[in-house]
Amino acid sequence: MTREDFLVRVVSPSAFTVGLFLIWELACELFSIPLTILPSPSVIFGALWQYREPITENSWVTLWTTLAGFALATVGGLLLGIAVGWHRAIYAGIYPLLVGFNSIPKVAVVPVLILWFGLGEVPAIITAFLISFFPIVVNVATGLATTEPELEDVMRALGASKLDIMKKVGIPRSLPYFFGSLKIAITLAFVGAVVSETVGANKGLGKLMLDAQANFQVPIVFAGLLVLAFLGIVLYAFTAIIEKRFTGWAFRGQNR
Amino acid sequence: MTPASPQPMPPLVVLNGVSMSYGRGAAAVPAIEDVSLDIKRGEFIAVVGPSGCGKSSLMKLISGLHPTSAGQLTVDNQPVDKPLKSVGMAFQNSNLLPWRSCVDNVLLPLEIVPPYRQRIGRHRAEYKKKAEELLQSVGLTGFTEKFPWQLSGGMQQRASICRALIHEPEILMLDEPFGALDAFTREELWCALRDIHAARGVTVMLVTHDLREAVFLADTVYVMSNRPGRILKKCEVTLPRPRALEVTYTPTFQNIVHELRSLIGGQH
Repeated sequence: MTREDFLVRVVSPSAFTVGLFLIWELACELFSIPLTILPSPSVIFGALWQYREPITENSWVTLWTTLAGFALATVGGLLLGIAVGWHRAIYAGIYPLLVGFNSIPKVAVVPVLILWFGLGEVPAIITAFLISFFPIVVNVATGLATTEPELEDVMRALGASKLDIMKKVGIPRSLPYFFGSLKIAITLAFVGAVVSETVGANKGLGKLMLDAQANFQVPIVFAGLLVLAFLGIVLYAFTAIIEKRFTGWAFRGQNR
Repeated sequence: MTPASPQPMPPLVVLNGVSMSYGRGAAAVPAIEDVSLDIKRGEFIAVVGPSGCGKSSLMKLISGLHPTSAGQLTVDNQPVDKPLKSVGMAFQNSNLLPWRSCVDNVLLPLEIVPPYRQRIGRHRAEYKKKAEELLQSVGLTGFTEKFPWQLSGGMQQRASICRALIHEPEILMLDEPFGALDAFTREELWCALRDIHAARGVTVMLVTHDLREAVFLADTVYVMSNRPGRILKKCEVTLPRPRALEVTYTPTFQNIVHELRSLIGGQH
């Protein structure tokens, strides 16, 4: 890594993060903001350390339900995306249903899921899945639908079947779209899991924050938010690395 | 079978009063009207004409990618009613797959066309060698493992033509393959294509805007009219082969180009 790279990739994000916390801390001091409105970072980090055990335990629950929902969304979204991109009739048939379904606020679905599956991890997993599979479907279908017609002619003139064209051209071509959508999907899955826990669950960060709020333990609520933000960054970075790894050819301009 | 055989060989492609249109019923847009022509085995034909006159449509028609609306079309005495197997095609845009290296792009048809597709899994190394030799023959030695975006436009186009040739198709269809290249690269590729045609005896159909290109390369040049495309003129180019690039500066050559130009019209 060159010196400039180091400055841009390490120093700059660290400086901005530390700077934000400093301003926050100072503002809390300066305006003597009450603890129950906005605790200062030092108080929040203190709460984070003090309650590290329940926070860690509940973070794991949120993390694995998110990842389980995300895994389901990845497989389901990919398959449905290929189906939708396969033929115009399937596209026309399924698309309105998909859009309609996606428009339903998932928070409204959670009570139904709890009714069906009871309190526990299952509603969180399903909510994470429901909220995150849509961008994957849309992106994969778009990738398939935008295959160059001339390339399709080249393939058809060789006697290629629809399946051949999909395997050799369509699917590899839509992979950048697919991996790009994973970055969006994983953050959405995370949101889904936490929303579900907040509506009703017996474990998870959402549940922890809900309980803390009921007891006016505001620093714990903020500690939960902080952990959520941190996990969100980790999950995003994880999918971004996978994306680079598998579709480097689509990023050729950026790191030649 | 020798080239000097006295028996006239039946033509490979026969079009008899063929028309074609896009769309159906009242909304149909005629693209080609009443075209009759023969293409002999090993012949190099060029189709020229104004923009949008249906040159590319003619290519789609012969390769079976689009059905005729009237007339008879046969290839190798078989009526064409579905895409011909194993036609080699190249377009103005090289259409190489960006996730495949140059040589893997050239190998693509072998993964589709029988009998290669059954063999390529086990004999990939052997076919890769063949693809590398083909790439060498068009001057791409040392670029076989490069990705398309690492090649210049001319190199991409060479690779694209290799991809159209690797499975030894009987017909090579080229739709303005050199249209996006600079004049020097274009002339270089004319010579590459001339040599490929001479070495392999492949039947070539070249669609182009460039009259010099058509006359330099082809045995027969067909001039098409404005849409809907009809054949205005069939011009046999009798310049002896092999043709050197210098032939393009001779009066005979220029006269043929002039004559064709006058048929195409347009504002001057």
